[in-house]
Amino acid sequence: MQTRTIGEVILDIRDVSLAFGGVKALTEVSFDVREHEIRAIIGPNGAGKSSMLNVINGVYHPQRGTIAFHGVQRTQMRPHEAARQGIARTFQNIALFKGMSVLDNIMTGRNLKMSSNIFAQALYVGPALKEELRHRHKVEEIIDFLEIQSIRKTPVGRLPYGLQKRVELGRALAAEPNLLLLDEPMAGMNMEEKQDMSRFILDVNDQFGTTIVLIEHDMGVVMDLSDRVVVLDYGKKIGDGTPDEVRANQAVIDAYLGVKH
Amino acid sequence: MTTTALDTFPRLLLHHASARGERPAMREKHLGIWQSWNWSQAAEQVTAIAAGLAALGFQRGDHLAIIGDNRPRLYWAMCAAQCLGGVAVPLYQDAIAQEMVFVLHDADVKFAVAEDQEQVDKLRDIKAQCPLLQHIFYDDERGLRHYTDVLSLDALQQQGREFARQRPDYVAAEIAKGGAADIAVMLYTSGTTGNPKGVCQTHAAFIGSARGDVAFDGFTADDQILSYLPMAWVGDHLFSYAEALVAGFTVNCPESSETVMIDMREIGPTYYFAPPRVFENLLTQVSIRMEDAGWLKRKWYKYFMQVARRCGAEIMDGKPVALGDRWRYRLGNLLIFGPLRNTLGMSRIRVAYTGGAAIGPDLYRFYRSIGINLKQLYGQTETCAYVSKHANGDVKLDTVGKPLPGVEIKIAHNGEVLVRSPGILKEFRKRPEATAEAIDADGFFRTGDAGFFDSDGHLKIIDRAKDVGKLNDGTLFAPQFIENKLKFFSHIKEAVAFGDARAMTCVMANIDMQAVGDWAERRGIAYSGYTDLAGRPEVVKLIGECVERVNADLAQDSALAGSQIKRFLILHKELDADDGELTRTRKVRRGFIAEKYAVLIDALYAGKTSCHIETQVKFEDGRAGMVSADVQISEARIFSAGELAKAA
Amino acid sequence: MNWGFLLEVILGGLMAGVLYSLVALGFVLIYKASGVFNFAQGAMVLFAALSLVRLMEHMPFLAAFVLTLAIMVLLAIGIERLVLRPLVNQAPIILFMATIGLTYFLDGFGQTIWGSDVYQLNIGMPKEPIIMAESLVNGGILVNKEDLYAALIAAILVAGLALFFQKTATGRALRAVADDHQAAQSVGIPLNRIWVIVWAVSGIVALVAGMVWGSKLGVQFSLSLIALKALPVVILGGFESVPGAIIGGLIIGVGEKLSEVYLGPYVGGGIEYWFAYVLALLFLLVRPEGLFGEKHIDRV
Repeated sequence: MQTRTIGEVILDIRDVSLAFGGVKALTEVSFDVREHEIRAIIGPNGAGKSSMLNVINGVYHPQRGTIAFHGVQRTQMRPHEAARQGIARTFQNIALFKGMSVLDNIMTGRNLKMSSNIFAQALYVGPALKEELRHRHKVEEIIDFLEIQSIRKTPVGRLPYGLQKRVELGRALAAEPNLLLLDEPMAGMNMEEKQDMSRFILDVNDQFGTTIVLIEHDMGVVMDLSDRVVVLDYGKKIGDGTPDEVRANQAVIDAYLGVKH
Repeated sequence: MTTTALDTFPRLLLHHASARGERPAMREKHLGIWQSWNWSQAAEQVTAIAAGLAALGFQRGDHLAIIGDNRPRLYWAMCAAQCLGGVAVPLYQDAIAQEMVFVLHDADVKFAVAEDQEQVDKLRDIKAQCPLLQHIFYDDERGLRHYTDVLSLDALQQQGREFARQRPDYVAAEIAKGGAADIAVMLYTSGTTGNPKGVCQTHAAFIGSARGDVAFDGFTADDQILSYLPMAWVGDHLFSYAEALVAGFTVNCPESSETVMIDMREIGPTYYFAPPRVFENLLTQVSIRMEDAGWLKRKWYKYFMQVARRCGAEIMDGKPVALGDRWRYRLGNLLIFGPLRNTLGMSRIRVAYTGGAAIGPDLYRFYRSIGINLKQLYGQTETCAYVSKHANGDVKLDTVGKPLPGVEIKIAHNGEVLVRSPGILKEFRKRPEATAEAIDADGFFRTGDAGFFDSDGHLKIIDRAKDVGKLNDGTLFAPQFIENKLKFFSHIKEAVAFGDARAMTCVMANIDMQAVGDWAERRGIAYSGYTDLAGRPEVVKLIGECVERVNADLAQDSALAGSQIKRFLILHKELDADDGELTRTRKVRRGFIAEKYAVLIDALYAGKTSCHIETQVKFEDGRAGMVSADVQISEARIFSAGELAKAA
Repeated sequence: MNWGFLLEVILGGLMAGVLYSLVALGFVLIYKASGVFNFAQGAMVLFAALSLVRLMEHMPFLAAFVLTLAIMVLLAIGIERLVLRPLVNQAPIILFMATIGLTYFLDGFGQTIWGSDVYQLNIGMPKEPIIMAESLVNGGILVNKEDLYAALIAAILVAGLALFFQKTATGRALRAVADDHQAAQSVGIPLNRIWVIVWAVSGIVALVAGMVWGSKLGVQFSLSLIALKALPVVILGGFESVPGAIIGGLIIGVGEKLSEVYLGPYVGGGIEYWFAYVLALLFLLVRPEGLFGEKHIDRV
């Protein structure tokens, strides 16, 4: 039932190197992400996967190399600027607002879409009220989509881990991103929760056409979900291709079996 | 026109659309907001579905399967099928695909309405096995965009509106053709053995039953109900469909099955039904929350719950209560009961019902004492769930009330409850022999339940009829009824009653190690283990008191007074599934126990005062061992009705 | 026991407590949003009151009030630019020291441009006492009308703030930042702007507190010392809790008046001056997170 079509390259990463002090996190990594695809980044622990995501997201600034998003090259960028360009993300260690309700958390994801100025917002009148209702409607659609109606008003801190992950996905979706970065969306989940999350990721991709870059440890999940896979090891790219190609790649097999270089 | 009589569901719908067109008929929470449809809108929606079905060739007598959670459009689809002289067949939404195959075959289903992708997938999986099934419609389009062999209800209604432009009078004419004796709905009963049976109910049956209920409890167009129980269940069909269409009240559909509690708080239904386990869960939640609450709240709760237990139910029933207690109850209402009812979403409830399983007296008393008018009803799919109910102010904890208007109840000589009413099924689908078996020559339906009328004229259900036996003198003997009464005492964990085809009722009991152990410790009684504790004279006396209280209870019912427990013993070992004495679901295996402990039974009936027994047991580590003991056998006091009257 | 008198004392305490709450609120807002303990809150109260009273010499009250409001917002922008931004990611203690510096600056700057006399602030609050509840208590209860108005103003401000925080998008962004800085940034909430807003809001709170206190006691340097009274309030209520600040203020207000009247004769009076601190000390021993504070349990 696959009807979406993979489009042009929207994110092009060329020869990116990143080091912290003397420690090299990424060495001349190049790959691209096409519109509407699900792209996975895999690799053993410490391979530089999260660093890569942080580079895309603007948290880290690579010393060398270029990143082009929608054809625009960029060098220095802050996370909230990345958000403005349509890049949303979730975190490996959930970064939700624990004291706030699920609804409020997802509403914060709409922050960039809010246009009326802060004085109108503060007074809660006229266009600001109308705008708030419009955002609320969008957020309710996401709540419905993720099937979390029953916890709408629950403070996030009281939810079990699996649901928090779902809420975080919801907050990222609220920004209506073109590019969604998921950092281990299924870490620490049981089988059923993983299945649910996989279904949501596929549905997001299918229904909203969102391009997704994800890091995941569970190989089964990665191979099922993704269109193409990048393999990193010690900060270097050692494989890139469809799940089947990657599975057959000798360098990848060696890296996962721990063969010495 | 002679069709002005409101004797079919479509006619009732049109009546409300013209009589109270602007009043809300249906509400559903969607995207966090309660959407509402008034009666005219509901009628338009139903007509559009009906016309759409007609356009696709739905014929008089065709069956429309409906699968999903309680959704407005699924209720409307039922009515749409009935507009065309068809039959609605709601299915349980948690049924697996293979279970559906039987029903779809049995009902010759050509058209089906499914709520969402999950249900659509099930239907598509079995389509190959059900060649008749032609059209599948869905309500929620999520994930179904790419399916080409199913149609959305939106699209169906669109086709219907198109059809109606060409043949504007078609649906109205079909409604006019319908009659009260037509089959309106088929509800499948899950028989314990064999395939489910399709219970065919006419418009007249459900409308007659609904009219009776509405008059009995005084429901009006202002009432609110939350529809959250399966649409395939007779109760939901009676309360949320038939009664809503008769009285014209508002049906509210929850946002999802997980949000029922929240939705209930927002809607504040005035009319509510829940099976006993729901009331049990709610009480557990309340208790847990109270244990976590601050000490002040905890103290208040404890204090005012005592007040409520003392006088709450009496105040509700309008009985005289001491002035001091009345004031204390009012204060408690302000501080505890009111807020508690509010959290439960029960602030506006006028009548709440439960039924379908035994409900513990404590549970019952709790809800009534905090001001929730909880009552019991009794009925089954074959009687439109319309047999008997408690009337306001005439509630007894262990009965199911008096026969409802228009219902005749007979007790057969084997104790079985027989019912004749307008709500009796027309037939079982394609099962004439089953129909003949269920309905006797005089038109009485055999319920399969054993029961009797108590001195106040209340019906009391005691057991399944096939489990009920007789003592030698002909007295009714209902083992489960006696056992359950014993097990309501916290000190008794298991009980096995004997008496069928014997001279008297005797009981073997297991003490509850936890409860009796605590009890013994508080009294400084030392013991070395179960066998030792069970043999203690103090414990025998304790259990004897429980047995006598059960006897006193039994003595109040002339039908059961003769089956009071004459002799009892406390077993020297705990009944255990590992030893084959209990099933894995912890039901006693009466026959097996009778055989295994034949020595004890002989001693019970031979009038001995003690009996030596050795039994092999399996320990948890798999080793086998022997337990031996001299089990003491005691006589219990027997009450006569006159004695009780004097004591009271 | 004279119930009328007792009620009078309690009421008086509540009125004083409302004012403590106002100042404490300013502390809590800034602490929640930025983790900075703003030692300069008292100086901000004085600065705002001074601005208001001197501007009123040249224009009507409403105009002066709006202008002072604008000054407080400008001040917030200046603080963010010149103090917070350069010190971003520094340890809390560094930021705390910076606010001590800010205190001296504001005290000095304010008195330089506005003068250092004692000014009478008259914003038209009635001063005559009224007697309430005569039917309930013998002799009734004597209340200052001014106090009632002060309490009313404070209540309106608190309700307004609550609405602002709970109902508006900006309020939600503020709560988000208070909850988790990093996460807030990643959803595109600019921290700098949030800091400006929160300092501006606590500037407004300072203005209201200064206005009410000033009209009661006159605008003078000692006004900045009420910050010291607000300190035990936040310890009692919890540093991160708005309701805590309000209830803490009321408890301390009532507590010190009651102890002064009923314990004073035995220990020689003056309890009012140290009661709050002793209470705060006891709280630190028993419940260091305060009445409403969050217990910080770090997940391992």
